[in-house]
Amino acid sequence: MLPIIIAVLSGAIRSGTAVLFACLGEIIAERAGVVNLGTEGCMLIGALGAFAATAMTGNPFLGAFVGGLCGASLAAVHAYVAVIRRGNQLASGLAITILGLGVTSFFGRSFVATQINGMNSISIAGLSDLPILGPILFQHDALTYLAAFLAPGIWFVLYRTRWGLMLRATGERQDVVYSVGLSPTLIRCLAVICGGFLAGLGGAQLSVAYTLNWVENMTQGRGYVAVALVIFSSWSPLTAVAGSYLFGGALSLQLALQARGVGASPFLMSAIPYLVTLAVLVLVGRRRRQAMPDELRAVFERGG
Amino acid sequence: MRINSRLVVMAVMLIGSLMLAACGSPAAAPAGSKDAAAPASAVTTVGFLFVGPKDDFGYNQAAYLGSTGMEKELGSKVKVIRAENVPETEEAERVMESMIQQGAKVIFPTSYGHLDPALNVAKRHPEVTFIHQGGLKTSSNLGTYFGNIFEEVYLGGVTAGKMTKTNKLGFIASFPIPQVLENINAFELGAKSVNPNATTSVVFTANWCDPGKQAEAANNLIAQGVDVLTQHQDCTKTIVEAAERKGIMSVGYHADASSLAPKGWLTGSVWNWSPLYTQEVQAVLDGKWKEGPLAGKYRVGMKEGAVKLAPFGSSVPADVQALVKQKEQDIMSGKLAPFAGPIKDQSGAVKIAAGVNPTVDQLETTDYLVEGVVGSIPR
Repeated sequence: MLPIIIAVLSGAIRSGTAVLFACLGEIIAERAGVVNLGTEGCMLIGALGAFAATAMTGNPFLGAFVGGLCGASLAAVHAYVAVIRRGNQLASGLAITILGLGVTSFFGRSFVATQINGMNSISIAGLSDLPILGPILFQHDALTYLAAFLAPGIWFVLYRTRWGLMLRATGERQDVVYSVGLSPTLIRCLAVICGGFLAGLGGAQLSVAYTLNWVENMTQGRGYVAVALVIFSSWSPLTAVAGSYLFGGALSLQLALQARGVGASPFLMSAIPYLVTLAVLVLVGRRRRQAMPDELRAVFERGG
Repeated sequence: MRINSRLVVMAVMLIGSLMLAACGSPAAAPAGSKDAAAPASAVTTVGFLFVGPKDDFGYNQAAYLGSTGMEKELGSKVKVIRAENVPETEEAERVMESMIQQGAKVIFPTSYGHLDPALNVAKRHPEVTFIHQGGLKTSSNLGTYFGNIFEEVYLGGVTAGKMTKTNKLGFIASFPIPQVLENINAFELGAKSVNPNATTSVVFTANWCDPGKQAEAANNLIAQGVDVLTQHQDCTKTIVEAAERKGIMSVGYHADASSLAPKGWLTGSVWNWSPLYTQEVQAVLDGKWKEGPLAGKYRVGMKEGAVKLAPFGSSVPADVQALVKQKEQDIMSGKLAPFAGPIKDQSGAVKIAAGVNPTVDQLETTDYLVEGVVGSIPR
């Protein structure tokens, strides 16, 4: 019983990390009042950018950084359309995802057969050898550790710094931000671009740390899962960790059970994260809705 | 301002869809300008549609190699045009129409989902011959073909059964459809024929190509002590590489991926479409295609050379290679049939009675896993 629990939990963290990055990025953007449905596209372009840069330079860390930059660049297009031009956020986001899919399919073709040396798992002296906890928590790649540290880091910035206060104020009541002489437009743009960078890192984790491969449309909807998890986690970076690992857990649980000859439907299990999200929306709908940044409400309730 | 922003959104969406279209139908460019001296009427243009990229170590690479083999074989008699990444939508119809405008007289839509678009275009162009890969529907100018790859998967199982130290084999499957179940069963039957203790643990990913799930499935199977991994997925690179990194063996599928796993590669089942493609196009050139079996649902196997065993890896000893080659001969001569009864399912119930060799229809409706497979069919 113990080995399977270890396999599921370590698998949950490995498979949940890409989603966690993207989810944290989306939280930053939505906290500033902008929904980015282009997260899926940003992840894809990040995955390809990271893979291509790793293939060319041989350095997966540089690759991951390039992946982040690619995600940020695509998100910048969304920032221009949705924030500066005040275009419909939902339409722009979807267009960004389609654009990302198209661009990466086109430029990714020459990398389909490429082999790379990706990130290895990093052992932490004294911790990785611990029974049970070692294999679950401390035998992962650098990006997986980074995601886990980023979550409390982002929480700290959002709730304990002036920067975070201004970002949240932009999402709640932009007049307040005006009144202290800052530009909500600028803050929103930066938040969206920053979110795109994180989504790009999520894609990079998939391509250069986890699978060491580039395949067309390899994110397979993980970007949309991330957007759903933002609501599930009621815009909190800390709850996002739980949500993302829950998604990863549902994915790894069914594979782990099947590998051990236990019948588990991959169809049903793949639906679990979405079912949980729906259940959360229904059960605590009212309270969660109050967690939604006020300016975001404009997107959903008064039309973008 | 309002109008402006909408315009921008529309422009972005337009660019996005153009990008998609650009990838979906990379302007079916003529592949190599065949000798311009030959009289134009003697050259027949043949079009190929692939659903994915030509170098995916998988299904599309195999079909692409078939098209280049046919081109080499028929030389100046044909001009080949190709389109990769053609989605299984009306987009495929558009690509086929554009090929016909470029003079294509024979079209190979090579993906299962290209069938319905092809049937539509075939109706509009009775003068063009359509040859579809894997379909179950035909029309007066559209025939289909496919290969019995389970024969090679059986031999892959024989190799794995001989090479395994732990007697645990792993199979990463996609969807529980008859073709896939057939391959899982063939693999286990092959392994058990030489190693009664060999079991095959199967994991379904419910996806044709999700590298993230493939990696996780591989991790889990390896953690269970599996020392040979095989698969039925569209893209195969992630799994072969993962096995190599973990120091275990792999049996490939669709295409030769031995270059990805110099240490652990055993062998694999690969498509060898070029003899069949050549036969099909030659029949059209001779004006004999419509009379023959090619115009119907044509199925070929190892004997016809449509499926082959990939080269053995360096770790496979000579006696194992000889044994597999012997079994290959036996299948070709008809002495050995992978699914000859008695075949029992996991519960022990007899599915194919002793002495019976199942028909194609029986095989193509497989809905059970054989004894020795660990795991269950997700419902």
